[in-house]
Amino acid sequence: MNRLDLNTVLGWVPLGSKVLDLGCGDGAFLKRLCEERGAVGVGVDIDPDNLVLAVSKGLDVIQEDINEGLNCFTLSRFNVVILTHALQELTHPHLALERMVDIGEEAIVSFPNFGHWSCRTHLGLKGHMPVSKAMPLSWYDTPNIHFCTVKDFEALCSDLRIDIVERATVAGTAQKWLGKWWPNLFASSAVYRIRRSAH
Amino acid sequence: MPASGAHNSVGLVSPCRARFGTAFQLANGAVLAEHELIYETYGELNAAGDNAVLICHALSGTHHAAGFYADNDQRPGWWDLAIGPGKPIDTRRLFVVCSNNLGGCDGSTGPNTVNPETGKPWGAQFPQPQVQDWVRSQKLLAEHLGISRWAAVIGGSLGGMQALQWAIDYPEWVEHCVALAAAPKLTAQNIAFNEIARHAILSDPDWYEGDYLSHDTIPTRGVALARMVGHLTYMSADGMSDRFGRELREGSFTPEAESEWVFQVESYLRHQGTRFSAQFDANTYVLMTRALDLFDLAVGDHGDLTAALDKAHADFLVLSFSSDWRFPPHRSIEIRDALMAAGKPVTYANIETDNGHDGFLLPNETYEALLTQWMRRVGPA
Repeated sequence: MNRLDLNTVLGWVPLGSKVLDLGCGDGAFLKRLCEERGAVGVGVDIDPDNLVLAVSKGLDVIQEDINEGLNCFTLSRFNVVILTHALQELTHPHLALERMVDIGEEAIVSFPNFGHWSCRTHLGLKGHMPVSKAMPLSWYDTPNIHFCTVKDFEALCSDLRIDIVERATVAGTAQKWLGKWWPNLFASSAVYRIRRSAH
Repeated sequence: MPASGAHNSVGLVSPCRARFGTAFQLANGAVLAEHELIYETYGELNAAGDNAVLICHALSGTHHAAGFYADNDQRPGWWDLAIGPGKPIDTRRLFVVCSNNLGGCDGSTGPNTVNPETGKPWGAQFPQPQVQDWVRSQKLLAEHLGISRWAAVIGGSLGGMQALQWAIDYPEWVEHCVALAAAPKLTAQNIAFNEIARHAILSDPDWYEGDYLSHDTIPTRGVALARMVGHLTYMSADGMSDRFGRELREGSFTPEAESEWVFQVESYLRHQGTRFSAQFDANTYVLMTRALDLFDLAVGDHGDLTAALDKAHADFLVLSFSSDWRFPPHRSIEIRDALMAAGKPVTYANIETDNGHDGFLLPNETYEALLTQWMRRVGPA
């Protein structure tokens, strides 16, 4: 587990929380949340192999397509609903975000920042859709269909009346401070704590 | 080497009987002065008594869930796929119990056993049992075996419903509950198929109002037809196309041929019907389908499934099978969503398969892997 955004997420999950991990994959991160944060976790994934791996870790998982609206969770309540690096894969990211802040007291979302200077270089100078080590797939066969920038995400939250409680950025060592000051340009990923606006 | 000697088989098994001499009152008020249950066990009950697992059979299932009766036995128990040393329900760790339901026809007290009051077979006079009666009778069996808590209660189809009923009727008894291809209650379509099956039996001239045994006959035609209809609902259209297509077993499609045509699928269904009618009691089929019709997990909670399942203390595994149209995935999802709303631990998956409702009985890599991995949390570590 070397994705830096996950360390941020881990620190933001209060001890003993009831957590819903959307797109939990093999369950490795959810397992960490249970062990290190005393979380009571439920994972959601669509891939059968991932379900088997998550169940083999002793986790409870639900096979469900996040794109189907997560209606099954409307009656459940979670302290934290997590979606790490999967927002860009969803058919309707805005609907998922709304659902997340409804079923959880708080939601934590991380995504790759398409406003990062390297993406801009790819598109602006080379004229090609960005391909990187973290996102190596070409535009036509990538699961990542809804890229956004830090600015875009914050604008969407504002439109949806979702409050941003906290923001963290992930950037290369050299750009660590730049990422903090100019996240839209220098953060490779962004992590947000969000909740339904009280107003 | 006979199949019974395979390293992952429970090997040769034999059934046991438990006799209960005290009156047993059914949900409909009828009382059995005494009754017997036939059952099998695999593995060993440990000293702490915390490794016992109960398997609940489906509509036409029996207590013979795993293993063989003889070295030359061609067919193992009905769920040999899942039960045995190193199998998902691992008999090296777990003590497995499976009993024939009350009202069955494989050795437990039922229509084909003798009514002590008359000295004749019960026949159609056997009272209508319901799922909660089976649960209560299995609790008596558990106590008879020195078991005070199930590490898991597991079943598919009607057996899955029975497992869920266990979890809400005796919450402190059920640590884990597995419901495969189940439903919280039957739909009108489900009941309609059961009614067609019953009607087939009741319109057989050999039925004699259920009193066929004293007429020295059995309504085989009716039971065969009932089974053909039932069996059809256990398979998926794609699975049937793959297996039978439009292949002829007899006759020919050539224009000059003047013959009877027998499609492979016809031959198969007839074979299933005939084989079943020779071994399954007609009265039991009527009682079991009726018990299914009457089943409703939430009946005691004004139809509120969440409230019903809220009583359970178990961890749940709910699995559906993608091509099952008897109890389709959305029926399992109803159970899953009610469990989640009640805050119960639940794992759910919809197994991708062409095997239809029978999917829970047939090999499938994901299904077996999920069941194996989930079962590791059952019983002592």
